[in-house]
Amino acid sequence: MYDNLIPNLFKTEYSKIITVLCNYFSIRDIEIAEDIAAETFLLASETWGLKGIPPNPKAWLYTVAKNKTIDYIRKNNVYDKIISNKQSKSLDNYYEIEWSDEKIKDSQLKMIFILCNPINAIESQIILVLKILGGFGIEEIATTFLTTKENINKKIFRAKKRIKEAKIDLEHIDSKLITERLNSVLISIYLLFNEGYYSKTKDFEIQKSLCLEAMRLCILLIENKSTNEPETNALLSLMCFHSSRFEARQNELNEIILYENQNKNLWNKELIDKGNYYLIESAKGNQITKFHLEASIAYWHCTKLESSNKWENILTLYNKLLQIEYSPVAALNRTFALFKVKGAKEAIVEAEKLKLSDYLYFSLLGYLYSFDNKEKAIFNYKLALNIAKKENDRQVIKKYLTVLNSTKNEN
Amino acid sequence: MNEFMMLFRHTPNPDFKMSPEQMQENIKYWQDWIGSIAAQGKFVATNQLSFEGKTLKPNNIVTDGPYAEVKEIIGGYVICKAENLDEALKLAQGCPILNIGGHVEVRSFMKIN
Repeated sequence: MYDNLIPNLFKTEYSKIITVLCNYFSIRDIEIAEDIAAETFLLASETWGLKGIPPNPKAWLYTVAKNKTIDYIRKNNVYDKIISNKQSKSLDNYYEIEWSDEKIKDSQLKMIFILCNPINAIESQIILVLKILGGFGIEEIATTFLTTKENINKKIFRAKKRIKEAKIDLEHIDSKLITERLNSVLISIYLLFNEGYYSKTKDFEIQKSLCLEAMRLCILLIENKSTNEPETNALLSLMCFHSSRFEARQNELNEIILYENQNKNLWNKELIDKGNYYLIESAKGNQITKFHLEASIAYWHCTKLESSNKWENILTLYNKLLQIEYSPVAALNRTFALFKVKGAKEAIVEAEKLKLSDYLYFSLLGYLYSFDNKEKAIFNYKLALNIAKKENDRQVIKKYLTVLNSTKNEN
Repeated sequence: MNEFMMLFRHTPNPDFKMSPEQMQENIKYWQDWIGSIAAQGKFVATNQLSFEGKTLKPNNIVTDGPYAEVKEIIGGYVICKAENLDEALKLAQGCPILNIGGHVEVRSFMKIN
């Protein structure tokens, strides 16, 4: 039990300590809060091993963090008085640092809005969220983005600098700022989820924890009245539906199993139910956002029965989604839905119009042609294989090519 | 890429009323056609016009309905992106207005500096 206690606590409590302390420090001093949190855990690992685990480890951490904060302010006061002749800060404030659930959630919510600041590129926003709110280590983040630890450290340094220069402290996060920035916060959470779900990394545990962190942040937004908007619910619904297939979409060898070939019994029913619940909650406004459409598409993907209107509905939803926001992936998925509704011939005509150039596009063309033009199917799959980089993707394409080559003469 | 407007014109037939199923089917045709343009990343905006409307003429003369004196009415528009008029015309192919005897007018926007 001791082995995992500190890492597990670190995962959740490290970020809580930083965010709560940031109520008492300006954002320019966020590193002091981080140092105090780190020192607190250092002391925990030193003393718990010797003296045993305290009866309430969380309360222990909070008390130590509070005392370290008071120590820091006291030392700083001495410094200010002697060296710079400044007024001392009263310690009263710091003796009353509050660790209630409510305070923690409120602080974390505000911290999301500080970190998801559009002055930073979206990738940097996500990296900061993972580091400060998710308690992710530099190594995990580097694995997520397939880059080096040095690179991530550099990005964190630059992104933090901008956040500090923006001078928006926790106390400045008011309802006006929340309304203005909610949409960009939701997009950051959505991309964080996608980073996990369509991961560059092969590390299954990291993929999962990225998705879980995105969902946790979204739940935080739903629990707060000012951010519990229909689109927030739509985003959570979408993430619930997607993650319901987590166990089904990967085999023991970490290979991706395509939707059509998944064992539907492995879909997580509890998450599908949650997805349905939040989808209904999301219908309360009169706005249809891209999250609503994507959640509805995900809803239909979670229905096991191949009812006649399933793919028609999916096609209609993609038609609408593309009108709100074009993306190559949505265009490809729309064409696949069109194939399900109208057959390969019509889908090929539409697919040829897309004129994309990635491996997914040529895979789709290969798939569509495989019904009555195996030569063209093979041609397109070979193009796809030439472009595909990830080993998982190449394996899938190779499997299709093998089948096509063995049945080529049956044409 | 330039923007073009497709205007859908047709002559309404007062004797012809669509059944709810036909209407549903019709909506699907339009959605699939617009979806096809959007899937190519060439969609900008669309609106369907309702039958309610009034026309204002000089001397503050107001007439009822957009179709009091014209046979043909505009049912809606799509703004799309295309390299040139020919490409925009290609996108107009398959427009469901053609199935009910109507036509699509494709127009470029005048550039005013």
